[in-house]
Amino acid sequence: MARAVTTQRRAINTLLAWAVGLLIFFPILWTILTSFKTEAQAIASPPLFFNFDWTLENYAIVQERSDYMRFLWNSVIIAGGSTLLGIIVAVPAAWSMAFVPSKRTKDILMWMLSTKMLPAVGVLYPIYLLFIQLGWLDTRTGLVIVLMLINLPIIVWMLYTYFKEIPGEILEAARMDGAGLREEILYVLTPMAVPGIASTILLNIILAWNEAFWTLNLTAANAAPLTAFIASYSSPEGLFYAKLSAASTMAIAPVLILGWFSQKQLVRGLTFGAVK
Amino acid sequence: MGRIVLDKVTKRFGDVEVIPPLDLTIEDGEFTVFVGPSGCGKSTLLRLIAGLEDVSSGMINIDGADATATPPAKRGLAMVFQSYALYPHMSVRKNIAFPLRMAKMDQVEIDKRVNAAADVLNLKDYIDRRPGQLSGGQRQRVAIGRAIVREPSAFLFDEPLSNLDAALRVGMRLEISELHERLKTTMIYVTHDQVEAMTMADKIVVLRAGNIEQVGSPLELYRTPRNLFVAGFIGSPKMNFIEGDEAAKHGAHTIGIRPEHIAVSDTSGEWSGTVGVSEHLGSDTFFHIHNTGLAETITVRADGEVSFKSGDRIHLTPRSDVVHKFSADGLRID
Repeated sequence: MARAVTTQRRAINTLLAWAVGLLIFFPILWTILTSFKTEAQAIASPPLFFNFDWTLENYAIVQERSDYMRFLWNSVIIAGGSTLLGIIVAVPAAWSMAFVPSKRTKDILMWMLSTKMLPAVGVLYPIYLLFIQLGWLDTRTGLVIVLMLINLPIIVWMLYTYFKEIPGEILEAARMDGAGLREEILYVLTPMAVPGIASTILLNIILAWNEAFWTLNLTAANAAPLTAFIASYSSPEGLFYAKLSAASTMAIAPVLILGWFSQKQLVRGLTFGAVK
Repeated sequence: MGRIVLDKVTKRFGDVEVIPPLDLTIEDGEFTVFVGPSGCGKSTLLRLIAGLEDVSSGMINIDGADATATPPAKRGLAMVFQSYALYPHMSVRKNIAFPLRMAKMDQVEIDKRVNAAADVLNLKDYIDRRPGQLSGGQRQRVAIGRAIVREPSAFLFDEPLSNLDAALRVGMRLEISELHERLKTTMIYVTHDQVEAMTMADKIVVLRAGNIEQVGSPLELYRTPRNLFVAGFIGSPKMNFIEGDEAAKHGAHTIGIRPEHIAVSDTSGEWSGTVGVSEHLGSDTFFHIHNTGLAETITVRADGEVSFKSGDRIHLTPRSDVVHKFSADGLRID
C-alpha cells in the first residue's frame, strides 16, 4: 500500500519535473522550430508546432547575408580570452582570500559581488568614453577586458569557495614536507582544485558568450560577436522571425553543445559548498 | 640530533595572548608530551615549533641554531597531523615519497626508503591505493610513514590518535612508543588525553592557558603534582579534593587523595558515606561515594572483586603517606 502511494507520487513528481523543464526550455525549442519554417509559417495563427514544411532556406539565407564564422570567431576570442584572463587574475586573489584570510576578507568578497548589483547601463557612459579615449571601441581587446572585469567577481567567488574546501592542514603538511610556495601550488593545491577551476572556466565561458549588453554597445563591425549577429536580424519594421530564429539557433548552438556535455561538471560547480 | 630550546617564546593572536613568555628545553631523543585541556595552547606551541605559526617574540633554537625565522620546510622537523593531512590525489607510495621528492633525492634512494617505511608500518599491501581507500588506522600509518622517511631531527605529533576508535588508539599508541624506542629520535606529542601522556612520555609538559604548570616525568607528576591543576589533571579517575576541617588536620587548605589510595571496608574506617554509582571495569571497580561530609563525591578505586550496592553505607580509610597537601593559593606544601 505504502509502496503504491510512493510510486504514484513519484510519477506525479516526474511529470511535474518534465513540465517545468519543458516550460523553461520552450523558448529555445520554439526558436529552433521556427528556424525551420518559412516566414509565413513563422507568424501563422494558430501557431504551427510540427505540421509545417521543414526547410533549411533560412540558414542558407543567413549564411549568405552575413559571415557567421567571423562572428563565431569573435565570440570564441572574447569568451575564451576574458575567461582565461579572469582566471589568471582570480586564482591568486582567491588563493590569498581562502588561505591567508584577514578579518576583512568576507567584506571584500561581498563588496566585489555588490558590483554585480549595479545596472550595467549605469556605467555605460563612463566606460564608453574611456573606450573612445583608449581606442578600444569595436576591438576584441576592449571586449575581452571589459567582460573579464564584469565576470571577475563571480570567478573569484567561485574559486574562493572551492579553495575553502581544501583543508589547510594538507597545505601545512606540504610545507612541513619541504615544499616551497611553488611546489605547494604546483604539486598539492592545483591538482586538488582542478575540478573547481574547470567548472569556473566553463560557467564563465557561458556567461561571456551570452553577454549582450556590452558586446552590443561597444562593437560595430570588427569585433562583433554572435550576440550582434542575432541582433542584426531583429528589425522593428520587418517580420523576419524565421531568419532571426535561424541566426539565434546558430549563435546558441556552440554553447548549448558545450553545456550539454559538461552539465554534470556545471551542476557540481554551482552547488559546490551548498551540498556537503 | 634534535634538541629544541624555547626561549621566552610568546604568541598573540590580535590582542589575545595565547602563549605568555615561555621557556622550555626538549632534550635530544626525548619523548615529550604536551598535555592540557582544550584551548590550553598546546597545539599552538607545537605549531610554533613547527614554524606553521610565527612567534610574536622570543626565540626558538633547534640543534644549536636559531630557527625562529626559518620556514617550516627548512627546520628539519616532520609532523603528523590529527586529520592525517594526506595528499588525496596521490597514492600511498607517492604520499610517503613526497618529502623525499621535495628534497630532490634520487629515485633509487627514494624507492629504497619508501619500501623500508612501508615494511615497518605494514603498508605493503596498500602501497598503490589512494588515501580515500584506506581505513583511519591505515591513513595514520601512511602519515607516520611520510614523517619517518625524511629521517627528521624531531617528530611533531598533533593529537594523532584522536580520530581513531578506542581499540585502534591503544594499538597505535604502542606502535608510536615502539617507533621511538627504535629510532631514538626526539618526539613532541600533543594530546588532551592524560592516559596517552602517562603511557608514552619520557617528559610531560602540563599546560593551562598557555602557561606551563609543571614539567616532569609521568611518575613525578603523579606522585608530586606541583599544584591543584596538575593534581586534578594527571591520574584517572581524578584525584579527590577535600577542604575544610579535614584539610586543616593536615595543616593544609586543601588535601588531595587519589581514588586508588583509599581503602574501603563495610565495617570500620576513618570516613564513611553511602555508595552511589559503581563503575565495574572487571579488574577494578570505581565507587562514587556520597554523604561523607567531606566533599560532594569521593571516588574510590577498589579491586574488581569488591562489591557494594547503591545505597550501602561503607567506610573509607585514606593512606596517610600519599595525602597531597595544598595551600590556599593551590600550590603544593611539602
